[in-house]
Amino acid sequence: MLTNLHSKKGVQLVLGLFTGIIFGFLLQKGGVTEYDIILKQLLLRDFTVLKIMLTAVVTGMIGVYFLKGLGLAKLHPKAGSVGMNVIGGLLFGVGFATLGLCPGTAMGAVGSGYMDALFGGMLGMVVGAGIFAAIYPKISKTILQKGYFGDITFPELLKLNPWILVIIFSALIILILYLLEKAGL
Amino acid sequence: MLEWLQMEQWSPYAVGIGIGILSWFSFLVSDKHLSCSTAIARTSGMAEKLFRGKKVETKEYYKKFPPKVQWDWMLLVGVLIGAFLSTLLSGSFELRWVPSLWAATFGTAPLPHLAVAFIGGIFMGFASRWANGCTSGHGISGTLQLAVSSWISVIFFFVGGIAAAMLIYYVFGG
Repeated sequence: MLTNLHSKKGVQLVLGLFTGIIFGFLLQKGGVTEYDIILKQLLLRDFTVLKIMLTAVVTGMIGVYFLKGLGLAKLHPKAGSVGMNVIGGLLFGVGFATLGLCPGTAMGAVGSGYMDALFGGMLGMVVGAGIFAAIYPKISKTILQKGYFGDITFPELLKLNPWILVIIFSALIILILYLLEKAGL
Repeated sequence: MLEWLQMEQWSPYAVGIGIGILSWFSFLVSDKHLSCSTAIARTSGMAEKLFRGKKVETKEYYKKFPPKVQWDWMLLVGVLIGAFLSTLLSGSFELRWVPSLWAATFGTAPLPHLAVAFIGGIFMGFASRWANGCTSGHGISGTLQLAVSSWISVIFFFVGGIAAAMLIYYVFGG
């Protein structure tokens, strides 16, 4: 691991900015900074969002597990629970459909000139995150802990060699993408 | 090369591969994964600090996510710049208030859309912190690590999203 580089704070801020510029560029070129494309995905009329996400996951998964195997990267899976991920996920979905953007793509939408994404979306998100921070002490030990399972990954859960699952997940994702194309979606 | 950068839209597969490769680099050089909603929480804390001062930092949630400029915050600033550069190169930058799909169903008046987007934003900001991640942090970065929490989250993002979108467009808009 490049631990020396990881600990250089100023360099990391520049790298964060640089990574973000490429990320924003790609999101915009992919069309997912557009409300229309995200809503059409949720209405199941256009599958651009899913295609981008699944392709990124396959590509990223193979490379990141490869880097991990070489000792050049470590994973940081997030801890989760039924309370967090199921309830939070459903509420997120409501926001996803109502705003038609998510945090990253909303910022990209602002960069492409959508003022509604700035004065509606981004402003709302900052308010929403603030409300969450305010109620966090009340729910952090109750509903968020319901069905807690921790920061486990599928290879750990199933006690399998990670590469077996990387291959299975990749094959399934490629099959889904193939079927989408075949169906003309 | 320039011609390619000037294109208005790329193949979703090219974009997906690009984001995948970008995530290799963020793991390698920064020991981080692509994520966006943590930066929103930090921004909220920074805004609160303007009004309530330093005591905001002692809030339980901001002890976990300090309201300071960090890697993820710079990433979100970068997303703004990157998207701007992309539209500048393709000549598609334009100040707009209402997306066309919304306009075709609910009309071109900016205020109703702005109000709905604001409410959607509140849900999004609140729920991305509740789920501890968004479409980037869970949907791409967590799933590629094969994290159980992220696969559950992303499935419910779409379950909730599809249900809500159909309600908005086919019930309210129909």
